[in-house]
Amino acid sequence: MGERIGVFVCHCGTNIAGVVDVKRVAEELADYPGVAYSTDYTYMCSDPGQNLVKDAIKKHKLTGVIVAACSPTLHEATFRRAGTAAGMNQYQVEIANIREQCSWVHRDNKEAATEKAIRTIKIMVEKARLDEALDPISVPMTPRALVVGGGIAGIQAALDIANAGHEVVLVEKSASIGGHMAQLSETFPTLDCSQCIMTPKMVEVAQHPKVKLMTYSEVDDVSGYVGNFKVRIRKKAAYVNRDVCTGCGLCIEKCPATTPSEFDEQLADRKAIYTPFPQAVPNKPVLDAEHCTYFLKDGKCGICAKVCPLDCIDYEQKDEFIDFEVGAIVVATGYDLYPIENLGEYGGGKYPDVVTSLQFERMLSASGPTGGEILRPSDGEVPKEVVFLTCCGSRDTESHLPYCSKICCMYLTKHAMLYKHNVHEGQAYVFYMDVRTGGKGYEEFYTRAAEEDDVLYIRGKVSKIFEEDGKVMVWGVDTLSGKKIEIAADMAVLGLATIPNQSAAKLANMLKIHADEWGFLSEAHPKLRPVESLTPGFYLAGSAQGPKDIPESVAQASAAASKVAALFAETEYHREPIIAVIDEDTCAGCRVCVSVCPYDAAEFDDEKKVARIKEAICEGCGVCIAACPSGSAQQKNLTDEQLYKMVSAALEV
Amino acid sequence: MKIPYYPGCTLHERARDFDDSARECAMALGVELEELPVWTCCGAVYPLVTDSVMDILAGVRNLSYASRLGDKVVTLCSFCYNVLKRCNNVMRDDAEKREKVNLFLRADTESREKIESYTLEDYEGQLEVLHYIEMLRDVVGYDKVASAVTKRLEGLKVAPYYGCMLLRPKKEMKFDDPEQPTIFENLLEVLGCDVVDFPMKTECCGGFQVVNDEELAVSCSQNIVVSALKREADIIVTTCPLCRYNLDRHQERMAERVDGFTSVPVIYFTQLLGVALGIDKEHLDFTDNSVDPINVLAEKSLL
Repeated sequence: MGERIGVFVCHCGTNIAGVVDVKRVAEELADYPGVAYSTDYTYMCSDPGQNLVKDAIKKHKLTGVIVAACSPTLHEATFRRAGTAAGMNQYQVEIANIREQCSWVHRDNKEAATEKAIRTIKIMVEKARLDEALDPISVPMTPRALVVGGGIAGIQAALDIANAGHEVVLVEKSASIGGHMAQLSETFPTLDCSQCIMTPKMVEVAQHPKVKLMTYSEVDDVSGYVGNFKVRIRKKAAYVNRDVCTGCGLCIEKCPATTPSEFDEQLADRKAIYTPFPQAVPNKPVLDAEHCTYFLKDGKCGICAKVCPLDCIDYEQKDEFIDFEVGAIVVATGYDLYPIENLGEYGGGKYPDVVTSLQFERMLSASGPTGGEILRPSDGEVPKEVVFLTCCGSRDTESHLPYCSKICCMYLTKHAMLYKHNVHEGQAYVFYMDVRTGGKGYEEFYTRAAEEDDVLYIRGKVSKIFEEDGKVMVWGVDTLSGKKIEIAADMAVLGLATIPNQSAAKLANMLKIHADEWGFLSEAHPKLRPVESLTPGFYLAGSAQGPKDIPESVAQASAAASKVAALFAETEYHREPIIAVIDEDTCAGCRVCVSVCPYDAAEFDDEKKVARIKEAICEGCGVCIAACPSGSAQQKNLTDEQLYKMVSAALEV
Repeated sequence: MKIPYYPGCTLHERARDFDDSARECAMALGVELEELPVWTCCGAVYPLVTDSVMDILAGVRNLSYASRLGDKVVTLCSFCYNVLKRCNNVMRDDAEKREKVNLFLRADTESREKIESYTLEDYEGQLEVLHYIEMLRDVVGYDKVASAVTKRLEGLKVAPYYGCMLLRPKKEMKFDDPEQPTIFENLLEVLGCDVVDFPMKTECCGGFQVVNDEELAVSCSQNIVVSALKREADIIVTTCPLCRYNLDRHQERMAERVDGFTSVPVIYFTQLLGVALGIDKEHLDFTDNSVDPINVLAEKSLL
């Protein structure tokens, strides 16, 4: 064995040397098999320290380096660079952690700490003796992004990526982009009109030369890996040739079939052939076959086809599948409201005057079913007293969801304020658990509602809502005065919990990206990698990742876009080679690795009848290695043989 | 078909009408309620303390008796049902408490040599604790109930009152949605009634508070009765002797407190079921009501 390992013991000032006898450590290691050089130094990470390592590598022709110092998360990269500079392969530079895992935790037993440091380094020497020279993995990069979801987050991400010069495919499942933001009336805390700030962005993204907009479309299949995804988009049959259609609206006008409008939250009807709202982008209709007379009654109608001046209607149209190659995917699938029917205690879904927060938004909207007038659904009267309820389904570990939906305090404050602006003599009540106003200008907005607009805030929960004598009876408690409260209101607005869009779960499953127990997509690190998924190549934006307001969604979308742009800046993508590899000679083809791999990186080669690891996707987690019954799966530079030697060194056997 | 039946104390005392009518109806539906040969009070209120097992002993003892007769036990009183079901949950799910309680059961057996045939066996929570309504739905089947109906209760506006104990706590009882339950309504529809949906159907009647604070119990039950009356109920049905007591007995007081109050009879659901099954009214025992139900039922030509 011709290994020539160098051992460099760092004092870290007194951090290590104050506890561990570093001189003795260096001396003992000098005699250890395979070690060609051993020394100690006060600060190995300093410039002179690094030079000491570099010089020793050259002078002693080292084949491996152990730096016995702090945690590898701090300086592994530093010493790998130093090794590379001295002509070594960076994957033959190893760190033995004798600070966090030794000197810091064994201050009161110096002798034992020194023994432990020696043994820790010996373990790493055993590893280094078998370390191979590796090269980072390079994969080609397709500089085109897929953005899933055409709400504000998706639109912003698409725009930012496109403006960075890359192509974007923006996929939206409904007939228009805009998402929930397009439904909103005015936005907190500035009260600017949501549509007015939204529609220019919708138009901009639709007209952007780098953006391929696909509405009424869904992601059907995704395969491949970062830099090299193959995606299949299903363009749903719209029964309208939308390339030719000019959006004249004649078909909509003449269509005899109606159904409750999703965009208006069931407060008004739409036609079977429809655009979701007047400012829709693209402003071209789709035909909803489920509610169309032609489809329901075997061709007995066909009015839209008769009136269309351009013959755009095509009842024979089928779903179309379009394939794209993309390098990165931004998931911006947004949120839904917790179903109102789940709030049985408030008669959710049973009483027409107990409405959802989005229904109230539509009532407030100038383009809404009431033209911006607040009229209660049961009889169209102006409500004199309205009760707003926060935490409907949120922060309820007993019966509903444990998490805070974050945006409800603020939008209900806005609702109450706009109601007061609309109905001056009316009374608005807000039942709250806490008013959470974490955001710029939010606390001031809340104060304004309470003080200038006389919104009455009651600290307590509502226990029950029921109808009595044409009123909505609200039973609650004021926990500040300790009194029971009973309000005979005209209307109640439920601040329903935010849940992930219900189609997102299926998508997350298809994309193999992680979601939490509630279905919100998981970020790679809650603080330091908040817009990336753990699976490389996937980025998260907006409420798909967790409840968020507009500014936060936009910020996250822009952050995701900048991550994508950085990824696309290189023509190749490089990643760590410390991954699994399969020995084709011993692999029996049992496919256990394929079934256990959380990243879909293990695949079965049908020709050779053996498993194979896709280098570009493997994260080196080691699950397949533990599962492989024949030991054919091995981690590079952490093979069973290395582990065996390392354990032997640890146990001194 | 024989099913082990735990009546509980009240059904042998104040609520004989509930017990009698339930047995008659069961018989008409081909079910024999087999009363446990030995039983004691269930404890009446499920203990709020969580670190003591003494308080659930009474309930478990009865479950242990019942487990000798079959794999189910049926009960009628909402309180008994609540206590037995929750005791059963503990014995099924909590290994530590199960072991302790069984130690007590063994000691109990040793001290009661008199009733040798009823030594208590270790109990593991194996029984299915059923309310009589659940028995009708799941064991007999609502379709079979429907075919046994001889007199559909057409035109009778019935307000089903659930009270609290059947439904709560939600996670333990798993009886029905505690906010918008429907099991009772579904039974009444099978009998041909016009079901009155009223928002107070799951509010508390005042319960045992009637002992300490009668005023409170009157207010609570008044809320319920007035709400049902507003929706023109001809009759209110309950599943619990205490609910029946509170809703029925306080109506004179309610009349003093509420302008234009008209009284409304309150009967057990088994009595109404009996009418629909054509059981002779003598066997349904309408004698213990403060507000006489006979007139209302006769008016609709149901008796």
